Amino acid sequence: MSTVTETHDRTGEKHTVAPGPGNTARLLRRWWPAAALLILAVAPYSALPLPGLLDGPLGSPGSLQLLATCLLFGALATGYDLLLGRTGLLSFGHALYFAAGSYATNMFLLEAGLPFAVSALLGLCFGTALALVLGSVSLRVTGIGFSMVTLAFAQAGSILVSRNPGGLTGGEEGRAAPADLLPSGLVGIEHTANLYWVALAYLVLTLAVVHWAVRSPTGRVWEGIKENERRVEVLGLKPYGFKLTAFVLAGALAALGGLVHLLLTGGSTPQTTTSDFTLSLLVMVVLGGSGTRWGPMVGGILYTWADHRLGDLAGSGAVADLPAVLRVPLSQPLFLLGVLFVAVVHLLPGGLARLPSRLAAVRRRPATTETLPARKARKENGRP
Amino acid sequence: MSTVVLLTMTGLGLGALYFLIASGLSLIFGLMDVLNFAHGALLSIGAYGTWWAASGNLPGAGPGGAGFLLAVLFGTAVGTAAAVLLELTVVRPLYTRPREQVLATVGVGLAVPALLSGIWGSDARTFPGPKALSGTFGLLGAQVPVNRLVLVAAAVVVLVALRLFLGRTRHGLVVRAGVEDRAMVTALGIDVRKAFTLVFAIGGCAAALGGALGGLYFGSVDPRQGTSLLIFAFVVVVTGGMGSVTGAAVASAVIGLVQQFANYYTAAGLGDLAVVVLLAALLLLRPRGLTGRLA
Repeated sequence: MSTVTETHDRTGEKHTVAPGPGNTARLLRRWWPAAALLILAVAPYSALPLPGLLDGPLGSPGSLQLLATCLLFGALATGYDLLLGRTGLLSFGHALYFAAGSYATNMFLLEAGLPFAVSALLGLCFGTALALVLGSVSLRVTGIGFSMVTLAFAQAGSILVSRNPGGLTGGEEGRAAPADLLPSGLVGIEHTANLYWVALAYLVLTLAVVHWAVRSPTGRVWEGIKENERRVEVLGLKPYGFKLTAFVLAGALAALGGLVHLLLTGGSTPQTTTSDFTLSLLVMVVLGGSGTRWGPMVGGILYTWADHRLGDLAGSGAVADLPAVLRVPLSQPLFLLGVLFVAVVHLLPGGLARLPSRLAAVRRRPATTETLPARKARKENGRP
Repeated sequence: MSTVVLLTMTGLGLGALYFLIASGLSLIFGLMDVLNFAHGALLSIGAYGTWWAASGNLPGAGPGGAGFLLAVLFGTAVGTAAAVLLELTVVRPLYTRPREQVLATVGVGLAVPALLSGIWGSDARTFPGPKALSGTFGLLGAQVPVNRLVLVAAAVVVLVALRLFLGRTRHGLVVRAGVEDRAMVTALGIDVRKAFTLVFAIGGCAAALGGALGGLYFGSVDPRQGTSLLIFAFVVVVTGGMGSVTGAAVASAVIGLVQQFANYYTAAGLGDLAVVVLLAALLLLRPRGLTGRLA
């Protein structure tokens, strides 16, 4: 996708000089991220109702909370794709660093009573250090072994959190963050808009960091490692250090995400430590399109939205009146998402990000006026 | 002493359950390089199939005696059918894309528990079992629940059957050869894909049997049971060596015992933690242990 966007960008630049009817479309193609960001930034001021998509009007706290969660997971999936889609590392333990950011910050607030800024910084450092230590160990093995070592570490973290050592983690209940230590502008339902902007800023930051990192010389090596690690070694580069860089960067972004999640939900929950959490990130990335610029974000937003909204829709009259054969599957968002995921893996390699180019290819095909006998003759001649 | 006996028997029972999942998982990975994340879902299907039949929904099946045997057979058959269906519809079309195969099984592993909790609710359901299997028996001064013995017996039967199948039949030979070198077997003109379906059927059968008997062990069924057991099955597979059935048998007994004893004699939960850390340590110390060797 990145290459596709690049060519779009280039053609856009080339043609902006020449006036023509296609100019607006090209401008739109070039500037749509900025336009989308502007729309997202002013969304809290709008009272636009989006029936079906959102429960209340756009600017209502409930809608903003859902949107902020969507943006947060869009950003998380983008960070996770740094491993999966950019470096080719299948990690099953990404949830650990997310949870570490959330829990560590919460611990510093609750147990040490440190001010929020200090706690946040320490929590972020803790998550990053954890990624550095565990990443340097996990990356000693490759392939499916790496996946399972990361899974083992994440599972160990999950068990540790749910066992509640010394009453620190709150076990299955999780722990609420102390409201008096958080910045007053980020607490309470009347400040949901601020939290929404925090989530949006996190998304923009993640997109920018990933975009910058992938284009850096290190990013080129990541691409090489993804394609063929042996060849990178032959070129005289040590893949280990590059992979560790990707792992730590992704871990730091996830820890920052955990911090945003702590603010957004007002606490740390053990659900964020489970392997299911990492698997849902995996589903988001593949759904949207792994290794593309916008795909993981789209996948994350879509997944989170569907997960929240499909449950609500199932409770509504439209679904409740259906016969059991249809009602039961429709009332389970995870079932629908799982099936959609399998379908995307099968039918749409490259994810939703590839959908536009696929549709364009389909649209172009009937345009070539080729009669059936001609095609048959061509096939028989064995020509492409 | 009685505590040690009880812990040993419980550990072995748990190990037997792990073996029933891990044997199929190990064979599938050894032959196809697919880490089957839907294997826990197959176990859940077997458990729910048995529970459904034993609750009086299947004529002839019931919670006691021959009726329960029929219920277990039914659950195992449903699980086997689900495994074959999984291989034919989800895994096979992605034959040339190994990573996508793993991803597709992840999707199935998410969807099936969700569907089960959609149909029968997300809460645990009481598992009906025969009276004869719910009691205890005396062993060296300890009162050991009978169901531990049932699980161990089932695991031994499966182990012997698998060894005989792999060692004495032509299909078993193809599977063993495929684990060693799949490309070579294909080059010799043997359709390995038939072996893929076969291995999935065997793995699904063992996992579903594990689900049916796991219902006895836990006393209830719930949709997330299979998925939570899956991680320990991974530990067994790695410890025993990918593709090795005997290795999986030894490893599952060791893992089950370590987990039980550590959970009892140290803080609760430390056993689970020890086992998971063992997985990481093993992979790091001998990364070559992943290569398939069929013993």
